[in-house]
Amino acid sequence: MSYTDTNEGKIAHAHDPRYGINVMIWITLLSLTVITIAVAGLDLGNYTLLVAMFIAAIKSGFVINYFMHIRFEDLLFKLFIAGVIMVLLVVFVLTALDVFLR
Amino acid sequence: MSTNSTTNATHEEEHGHEHVHDLRDDYGSKLGMWLFLFTELILFGGLFLLYMSYRFQYFPEFQLSAKSLKIWMGGLNTIILLTSSLTMVLSITALQRRKIKASIYWLITTIVFASGFLVVKFFEWSDKFSHGIFPGGEELALKSQGEKVFYGLYFTMTGLHGLHVIIGMIILGFILVFIVKGKVSPDRFALIENGGLYWHLVDLIWIFLFPLFYLLH
Repeated sequence: MSYTDTNEGKIAHAHDPRYGINVMIWITLLSLTVITIAVAGLDLGNYTLLVAMFIAAIKSGFVINYFMHIRFEDLLFKLFIAGVIMVLLVVFVLTALDVFLR
Repeated sequence: MSTNSTTNATHEEEHGHEHVHDLRDDYGSKLGMWLFLFTELILFGGLFLLYMSYRFQYFPEFQLSAKSLKIWMGGLNTIILLTSSLTMVLSITALQRRKIKASIYWLITTIVFASGFLVVKFFEWSDKFSHGIFPGGEELALKSQGEKVFYGLYFTMTGLHGLHVIIGMIILGFILVFIVKGKVSPDRFALIENGGLYWHLVDLIWIFLFPLFYLLH
């Protein structure tokens, strides 16, 4: 099975693959890692967890959008992702309310 | 997608009956891969939920235990995983640009980074084991309840994550063989894309594991 059964539609689906943007994202992710380690050295009290999770959320945003290509996918994929993030968020907030305010 | 299938179908007719079973649905397989990744997120989500609740309950013990983990080891593994995610993307991009050799090279690099992660993890865990800190370990048994819970979560979550790294390496290994055999090619790259998605998920989970276990002290 070689390349004989090529069809143009599938190639177009590759969406102009580029190296540069991914290298930029990688540098950004490494910088954010350095920042999150540096911030951990500071004493921010109760905000330490929030800041760490905020930076982690930004990093996952980059990974999901660029490395996992979601930015360039159909609306259906984006809706699915949004749905799952909402479910996780609701579960975490409700559990947090129960645990913290018990 | 319907247009794709149609063109594919007419294409098959032109080539006679040898490729009749070659109707494929890349869109559907990617959608299926994402659905699977969501179940993985829910699986780890449950463990993160436990972490959150116990961290609230045993706050001082969690801070104390986190100090015993070496930031540079976790940081090194973070850099390794992030870089392996980049080489994974580069492998897919190279394949789509018809640079098969480059694609193979980047994929091998990704697998090497994955084993590098496991080597660091091995030394990290060995160090803890040698100090009697492992599930059922004599030293851990003497510690407070909160510290036991911290190390329990640490070994469970990083262990499950490590298992995913091993599974990811096996998947990428198969894809490597498929590229060499031409079954994954510049015209047929759904498999490497889906394998890449799995690998990025492994990276994604580590992005949260690292600060939660190593940095919050």
